[in-house]
Amino acid sequence: MNPNDPASAGTLLIGTRKGVFWLTADGDRRNWTLHGPHYLGHVAQHVIQDPRDRRRILVGARTGHLGPTLFHTDDFGETWHEASTPPAFHAGEELERSLDAVFWLTPGHESQPGRWYAGGSPQGLFISDDGGDTWSPHDGWNNHPMWPTWCEWPIAQTPDGSMLHSINVDPRDPDHLLIGLSSGGVFESNDGGKDWHTLNRDVEAVFLPDPDADYGHDPHCVRMHPADPDRIYQQNHCGIYRMDRTGDPSVDRWIRIGDNMPTDIGDIGFPVELDPADPDRAWVFPMDGTDVWPRTSPGGEPAVYRTVDGGESWQRLTNGLPERGWPTVLRQAMTTDGSVAAGSDNLGVYCGTTSGEVWASTDAGDSWNCVAAHLPKIYSVEWAAPA
Amino acid sequence: MSGPTVPVRIPTPLRSYTGASQVEAMGSTVIEVLDDLDRQFPGLKFRLIDEQGRLRKHMRIFVNTDVAIGLDQGLGPADTVTLMQALSGG
Repeated sequence: MNPNDPASAGTLLIGTRKGVFWLTADGDRRNWTLHGPHYLGHVAQHVIQDPRDRRRILVGARTGHLGPTLFHTDDFGETWHEASTPPAFHAGEELERSLDAVFWLTPGHESQPGRWYAGGSPQGLFISDDGGDTWSPHDGWNNHPMWPTWCEWPIAQTPDGSMLHSINVDPRDPDHLLIGLSSGGVFESNDGGKDWHTLNRDVEAVFLPDPDADYGHDPHCVRMHPADPDRIYQQNHCGIYRMDRTGDPSVDRWIRIGDNMPTDIGDIGFPVELDPADPDRAWVFPMDGTDVWPRTSPGGEPAVYRTVDGGESWQRLTNGLPERGWPTVLRQAMTTDGSVAAGSDNLGVYCGTTSGEVWASTDAGDSWNCVAAHLPKIYSVEWAAPA
Repeated sequence: MSGPTVPVRIPTPLRSYTGASQVEAMGSTVIEVLDDLDRQFPGLKFRLIDEQGRLRKHMRIFVNTDVAIGLDQGLGPADTVTLMQALSGG
């Protein structure tokens, strides 16, 4: 089935170590058609559709040792264009930063069509107001006087090194932004990014000498709930957390809901994915964070965990998943779909693994099917509705 | 833009820009040739040179058979510029 076929429920946009793939569902999400690769051999770090203009899809890319860039298409890859001005720091700036990778892409607020944000490595923030074709450094973040202190520096090779990720735009207020730094922590702006403050109270950072450090934490994935933006989840290097905003950032604190996970599984992982309509329902994919940090499925038994009560309890979901396997799921590689009413028992949940498989559930995680295998290492999986 | 027009050999990762393994560009220095290449093939230069004007890691530029001593190295009409990218990695 073609991604533009109106009978399709939608398409998974898959970014991999070796290019871009589409995986298109039929109307009831039983049969899937693999398309691609596009840009074979290029690193596709994040591939995402613009919900305000569903024709547009952006790809954050790099290629071998070439500098980073960004591609966009308006016809599911029939034609592609490279960004006229890709994300980059200012030439001649004092810190002499050079962008190594475009790691994360987030469409802007509904009221700002054409606005996109990009997070990079080093931990820069970049902005576009023309649908991702021309980009500028976001000076409020990149030139913030605390940037050299808050940000990890120097970088290593993305995606294993330092990056800015998890750019969240409050659906109630385009000037309210959250970002995550690995490492660095969670940061918030209430003025469109002119100024920022930390948002890390009560998050553990076992690798820091100060147990009450204000920054330096390692969020892996931060999600502001779209239906209740006062609720935030994060999958951190040191556990799974939830924050319920009080209205006063100085007293807002994270609660380690990962403490409710089974102790033999732990609460380490990369992604946390939310039900778009139900602030209490979320999914994670734990990985082995013990010893030397294998970052594989704990015990070689892949499992998704779901909460339906905001993390007060977790349910192990393995029906259909392999009994033995050693993958993990990276922070951009778990998503839900919008093909059924959010909150429904038929909500689609999807995982792309480091071993190149795509696992699909059309019953909110109760059962899983492998809908693609033998792909390159998967970096991102995002849902796209037919244009 | 002034200076001689010189042949420039293009590595395979950059041929999506040029469509050819060898093109011509004008300039009296290496960086001027790269600027002319970017004018002809928009986007090519940034893949090779970062925003601070530094040659990216694992990239090399040769003038004839020798590594260019710098981006401001002068060029003459008999010179050939070769852009190279290491293919290390997996």
